[in-house]
Amino acid sequence: MSDLYARIVNHDLGQKVADLVGLPKPARLRRHEPGQPLADGPVVVGGDGDLAVAAHTVLAEAGLVVHGSPASADEVPRYAALVFDASGLATSPELVALHDFFHTTVRRLGASARVVVLARPPASTTTPAARAAQRALEGFTRSLGKEMRAGGTVNLVEVAPGAESGMAAPLRFLLSGRSAFVSGQRITVSAPATGPTPDPRAPHTGRVAVVTGAARGIGEAIARTLARDGATVVCVDLPSAGDDLATVANDVGGTALQLDVTDEDAGAVLAAHVADRHGALDIMVHNAGITRDKTMVGMDRAWWELVLAVNLTAIEAIDAALIEADVLGPQPRIVCVSSMSGIAGNRGQSNYAASKAGVIGHVEALARDLAARGGTINAVAPGFIETEMTAAVPVGTREFGRRLNSLSQGGLPIDVAETIGYLAWLDADGVNGTTLRVCGQNLLGA
Amino acid sequence: MPELRDAAIVAGNRIPFARSGTAYARASNLDMLTAAIDGLVARTGLAGETLGEVAGGAVLKHARDFNLVREAVLASALADDTPAFDVQKACDTSLEATLAVANKVRLGQVDVGIGCGVDTTSDAPVALNDDLRKVLLAAQSAGSPGEWARLIGQLRPSQIVPEVPRNEEASTGLSMGEHQAITTAEWDISRQAQDELALASHQHLAAAWDRGFFDDLVTPYLGLERDNNLRPDSTLEKLGALRPVFGDPDTGTMTAGNSTPLTDGAAAVLVATPEWADEHGLPVLARLVDAESAAVDYVHGHEGLLMAPVYAVPRLLARNGLTLQDFDLYELHEAFAATVLATLAAWEDEEFSRERLGLDEPLGAIDRERLNVAGSSLATGHPFAATGARIVATAAKLLAERDDWAHGGRALVSICAAGGNGLVAILEK
Repeated sequence: MSDLYARIVNHDLGQKVADLVGLPKPARLRRHEPGQPLADGPVVVGGDGDLAVAAHTVLAEAGLVVHGSPASADEVPRYAALVFDASGLATSPELVALHDFFHTTVRRLGASARVVVLARPPASTTTPAARAAQRALEGFTRSLGKEMRAGGTVNLVEVAPGAESGMAAPLRFLLSGRSAFVSGQRITVSAPATGPTPDPRAPHTGRVAVVTGAARGIGEAIARTLARDGATVVCVDLPSAGDDLATVANDVGGTALQLDVTDEDAGAVLAAHVADRHGALDIMVHNAGITRDKTMVGMDRAWWELVLAVNLTAIEAIDAALIEADVLGPQPRIVCVSSMSGIAGNRGQSNYAASKAGVIGHVEALARDLAARGGTINAVAPGFIETEMTAAVPVGTREFGRRLNSLSQGGLPIDVAETIGYLAWLDADGVNGTTLRVCGQNLLGA
Repeated sequence: MPELRDAAIVAGNRIPFARSGTAYARASNLDMLTAAIDGLVARTGLAGETLGEVAGGAVLKHARDFNLVREAVLASALADDTPAFDVQKACDTSLEATLAVANKVRLGQVDVGIGCGVDTTSDAPVALNDDLRKVLLAAQSAGSPGEWARLIGQLRPSQIVPEVPRNEEASTGLSMGEHQAITTAEWDISRQAQDELALASHQHLAAAWDRGFFDDLVTPYLGLERDNNLRPDSTLEKLGALRPVFGDPDTGTMTAGNSTPLTDGAAAVLVATPEWADEHGLPVLARLVDAESAAVDYVHGHEGLLMAPVYAVPRLLARNGLTLQDFDLYELHEAFAATVLATLAAWEDEEFSRERLGLDEPLGAIDRERLNVAGSSLATGHPFAATGARIVATAAKLLAERDDWAHGGRALVSICAAGGNGLVAILEK
C-alpha cells in the first residue's frame, strides 16, 4: 500500500518542510530479507544481572559482534542494538543504572536500531522493592520507545527464574528486521525452550502449517512468509475467494482448501485434510476474520453473531477439533490473530473488539493444554496495518490511524506475518498463552 | 502384455460455467483452461511438479491455439516440462482426453496426468471467407509483381464477409437442435417430460451447490462463484411458458429451457495410479474402468445425430458383463432434455433394441432417482469440450461420498457429440 505522506516527507523538499513545521517523519523500516544478518552492526550487552552472560552468548552465536561495554565513537560510530540486563536491579535507587547506560548510548544508535531490556517478571521477585524496581522497567521502555528515531524500537523481555533458555528466541526476533513494527511491548518468557535453535534461513523447514483467510491481505503474507521460511502451507479461505487462494497456494507451493471456517465440520475437514495429505499439523494460524462495524445502538443482531462466529467461535471449534482428532505434531504452535481493538476497544466495533478480546482469553485458556503437548498457543494483535481493508478507510481517518504510533506509520502485512513466524519457531516455546502486539507502539490501549 | 494398472480419478476442478457473453465474455480459451488447471494444481498441491501428460482441447479454436493445452500448461503453475497435446472430438473432447490419459496410466506409460477441456462461444474465432483466403494465399506466392497485382485486383467487397463458426453439422447444414427435434418427434418425447427433466437438473445442481458439494470441485473465476445458467427458482410453470425454438413452431416441444445454452467454461480432472495418489496423500475418488465409442449415420437419416451413446452402451455392458441396472449412478449428458429421454426410451424399446442394437431383450429402464443427481448440462450449461471433465469429476466425487452403494459404487457416463459421435464410460469406486 502506498504511504504518500511518508514518501513526501522523506523527499528532500518535503523533509525540509516537515522539519520546519515539526511534522512526524516516518522512517523506512529495516525488514527481514532472507540471508540478511540479524542486525546491521555491532551490539552492546550491558547491565550486570543474571541474564547478561546468556544474552551475550545467544547474540554471539547468532553471528553478531557483541561488546560488553560501548567502544569509543571513533572505533564504532553506530551500534545496531543495545541490550541491557536490568534483572539485577532490586531497589528504586539502583534504577539509575538505566540512566548510566542509556544516557550516552542511545544517541549512538543507527537506523532501525533495537533496544531490549531484560528483566524478571515483577511477580517473581522476593522483596517489595525488587518488585517495584522490576515493574518500573515497563514505564522506562515504553517511554524510551517514544523517543526513538529513525525506525528504532524498544521492548522489554521478562524472564522467569529457570526459564533463561527461553529468552533466546525473543532476543533474536527483537533484534532482527522481523520485529520491524513491534515496539513498546513486554514479552514474558515463562518456560525454558525445549526445541532446538532453528536455521535462521529456513526456520520452518519440514513443518506443516495451516493459515486461514490466506487468499489476501495479512493471511496471504502469513502464508508467503511461512513458506519462505520452509513450511509447507495449507491455504484456507472461503470458497468464494478460491481464485485468489489458488494463486497464493500455487505461488507458495502449498495446497488450497476452500472452506468456511464457521461450517460445523470445518475442524474435522481441516483435521482430515492435514492427516491425509501431511500426516500432522505443526503450525495452525487462525487469521480469518471479518468486521461488521456499527455502534451498539444501530447494530443488527445478525452482525454481532456473524463477527463472533468467524472471529472467535470458529477458532475455538477448530482448535477443539484438532486436539480431538489428535493431528497436532509433537511441537505444535497455534497462533491466533487478535487486534488492537480487542485491547483498546474501538467505537463502532463492539462486536469485533469483543471477538478479538475473546481470542486473547482463548490463548490464555488453552496454554496449559498446549504446553502439555509440547506446544504453545499465542496471539498477535496487529495495530494499523496497510491492507486493502485500511486503504478503503477515508483519508483523514487513515492518516490519523497510521501516524498514531511511535513509528509514525502503518505496519505492513509482513510485519504481522514475521511475528507469527517467530512465535512458531521450535525454540519459541518459552512464551505461551500471551498476546504480542504488532502496532509500532500504538497510543491506543497502551 | 503387462497387467493393466488402475486409473484413479484423484481430483477435479472447473471454473463456474457462464452463459455466452456474460462473465467470461473477455476471457480466451487459454485464460480459462489455465485457470482450471491452476485451480486443480492448487487443490492438489502440485505446483512446480512435472506430470506425465496433459490432454485436452477446445471445440471452437483460433488458428493460433493449435497447441492450446501445451500453452495452458506453460502458463500454469505446473512444471514447464510437462508434456501436453490437443484433442478435438466435439462434446466428447475432455472425456476422450481423460480416457487417453487414463489409458496411458493403465498401460504404465505415465503415472499421473490431466484430462481437460475448455470452450468459449464469446471469444469464438472469426475467419476470412474462403474466396478471400484463396486470393491472399495465391498472392503470397505470386511469381511476379504483375501477377501479384492481377490477383489483388480480384479482391471484391463481398469477400470481406467473414466466416463465423456455426453450431451446425457440416454434412447436413442442420443445427444440433434441429437434428434433435427430428429425434424428439420420432420418439414422441413430450414437452412435459422434457420440462420435468430440466427442472430436476436445476434443482439437483442448486442443492449440490447449497450443500457445499462443489467446494472442492470448482474454483471461482473472474468474479463468478457459481454457474450463472443455474435457475434455482425455476418451476414447471415458468418452463412451460417458453416458446419452442427447435422443430415445428406450433407442435415443437424443445425450448430454451429444456435445451442447453451456449456456454463458456473449462474443466480438468487429475488421473493417476492409486499408488501415485497414495504417495501424494490424495484420495482415489473412483477408477475409470472402461469406455466405448460409437457413431451413427445421421447424414442419411438412419439415426438421430445425438443417438450414438445408445449404441455404445450395450457393447460396453456386454464387454463388462453388466446390465444397465447394475449402476448406482447415471451421468447422461443433457445436450437437450429430449436427448436423455430419447436415449432412455430407445433402451426400453423392444423393436429398436432388436433391430438396431441387435439385442434379444431391451436394456430396460433405469431408476430415475440415480440420474444426474447433482444436476447436469441443462443447469450448468455446456461449454462443449469442458463437459466431459465436469461429468467425470462430479461422478467420481459422488461415488466417493458414500460407502453403501447397492452396486459397490458404479457410475455410467454417457456423452453424445456432434458428428454423430458418442462416448460412454464406466467409473467404479
